[in-house]
Amino acid sequence: MKAASVQTIRRRQSHRGRLLLASLLIAVLVMMGVRVLLGQYTVTLPDFFRILAGERIPGATFIVMQDKLPRALLGAAAGLAFGMAGALFRTVLRNPLASPDVLGINAGAAAGAVASIYFLGTSGAGVAWAALVGALVAAGLIAAASTSLHAGAGASGIVGERFLLAGIGVGALGQAVVVGVMARLSTQNAQGAAVWTAGSLNSSTWDRLVLVLAVLVVAVPLAVILHRAMEPASLGKELAVGLGSRPGLIQTGTLGVGVLLAAVATASTGPLSFVALLATPIAAALHGGRISVPASGAVGALIVVSADMVGAEMFGDARLPAGVITGAIGAPVMLWLLVKQRRGAQS
Amino acid sequence: MSDLQSTPVFRTEGLSLGYGPRTAVSDVDLVINPGETTVLIGANGSGKSTLFKGLSRQLPPRSGRIQFRSQDLGQLRPKPYARQVALLPQSPVVPEGLTVAELVARGRHPHRRWWGAPSPGDDEAIARALSMVDLEQLAERPVDELSGGQRQRVWIALVLAQDTPTVLLDEPTAALDLAHQVELLDLMRSLRRPDGSRTTVVAVLHELNLAARVADRVIALKEGGVQAVGTPDEVFTEQTLWEVFDLEAEIVRDPTEGHPVVLPRGRRRAAAEPEGARTEPGESTVEVPVGMEAS
Repeated sequence: MKAASVQTIRRRQSHRGRLLLASLLIAVLVMMGVRVLLGQYTVTLPDFFRILAGERIPGATFIVMQDKLPRALLGAAAGLAFGMAGALFRTVLRNPLASPDVLGINAGAAAGAVASIYFLGTSGAGVAWAALVGALVAAGLIAAASTSLHAGAGASGIVGERFLLAGIGVGALGQAVVVGVMARLSTQNAQGAAVWTAGSLNSSTWDRLVLVLAVLVVAVPLAVILHRAMEPASLGKELAVGLGSRPGLIQTGTLGVGVLLAAVATASTGPLSFVALLATPIAAALHGGRISVPASGAVGALIVVSADMVGAEMFGDARLPAGVITGAIGAPVMLWLLVKQRRGAQS
Repeated sequence: MSDLQSTPVFRTEGLSLGYGPRTAVSDVDLVINPGETTVLIGANGSGKSTLFKGLSRQLPPRSGRIQFRSQDLGQLRPKPYARQVALLPQSPVVPEGLTVAELVARGRHPHRRWWGAPSPGDDEAIARALSMVDLEQLAERPVDELSGGQRQRVWIALVLAQDTPTVLLDEPTAALDLAHQVELLDLMRSLRRPDGSRTTVVAVLHELNLAARVADRVIALKEGGVQAVGTPDEVFTEQTLWEVFDLEAEIVRDPTEGHPVVLPRGRRRAAAEPEGARTEPGESTVEVPVGMEAS
């Protein structure tokens, strides 16, 4: 066999990957365009560009700049973060059900948010910060539980089935806090908290968008590099060490960036259920079974923007929050993944 | 040149290794010479894999030390070390959705920069590794779809693509049929570095007759210590096999190649049986299946 033919194979495969990513990004842009321009308040394309250029068109300027545009951008950014977080978790934990929304990161964020509404009376951006703290506390609890449990088994690191079990436990704890606090909230606060815990883009503001984008600027390149660095680690600890990698360190770092992405996304939109869980298998199916962090992110963005569009426009006056739509699609898909896993489709 | 030729690749002194409270290898002194094929044998749980974990830096020595070419193992950085020594563990994990070529390419990791940019020799090393284990036709197939034996050859190709002067192989012939076992071991023996010197191979093998065929030196482990070291002729004796494996065996000589051949006669009983008891039907002794795995 010649080196040239290996090169041909390699180029063909990376070309496919780039093509997929490019098509997904175009799909996200198209969907965002649909979200901004169409729907109950339609804006023409020339008007949209005139608004962007700073021209004031009565009514339209306000709706585009204060609602539709930040909504589409925040949806895409949060979806990207959820999708990438899901891919990072999946790469480390090697389980299609091991996504941050199943493992209590989102539940922890929700618990932090409602607790701050109740105990501190926060609102607006304060809630987002409280959610961020809640998600990080949840991640810390999971890490602490899985490492201490691990020490007895003689293995090191925070990776493995213990992490999954601890995550599910912390998720249940977070849900309990949410339900407990919600029962005590005043009617008015409870309604706000309920919308938030369902996950929606209704309170998309430029402030929140800036927060998410600031994290994404750091986390996206880090996620891509870590995913690359996970390549030896995904062959098992022993072979990874033989290849000169430090699997424990890299797996912990990868989960850490995954937690950060999920936490920030949840803080800005609420726990949009199942986006992280859904994005990775869909992207993998499009990419010949390989897990791709950027492709998962793009699929996540596509899911959130589409779910927001569907929820806001397709049910007449009901205007369902995006989290309800992703949950409705996600639950059956999760069942399907469970069935597939039990049949041993997972290697 | 003469330095590299004469310095042992590995030298351990009073080495003890263990997990948690358990000590699995204790007080082992051994030397692995460059350019030789060294085979580790021993019963299950005798410490072969643990010793490999020590040599591949997965377990720090509990006491004693391991030197790699006169340098303390703990002082070496992971990636430069991985360019010197490759390891094939017993049960590596197949990641989802990868093709054969992509998986073998991961053996190039120690030659790449930290962000993973391909290194210049990648394609050539991958191509050579694929042809050595006869996998060119399967290069674009997903690894999930391969048979156990084909997968094992993919892992070997990955280690070959790592392109190191020393390779550690933990049961490399598992899941291979006999013809592929022989082919693989011959391949291991014939591996050459670019300068023409032989690749240093250290392998754990359970198949004693194949071990006798390929080994320059055999190290027999028992209960975490070295029981016997030497050429196959020196180690494969009825006495040593009895001590190492509790195995009753006859040793004959291969008529063509001259190496010793082990004919297993049974597992050691509590009390030694009289010669010939086994072949007489109707005796009250328990029948012992011939050809039982030495492990």
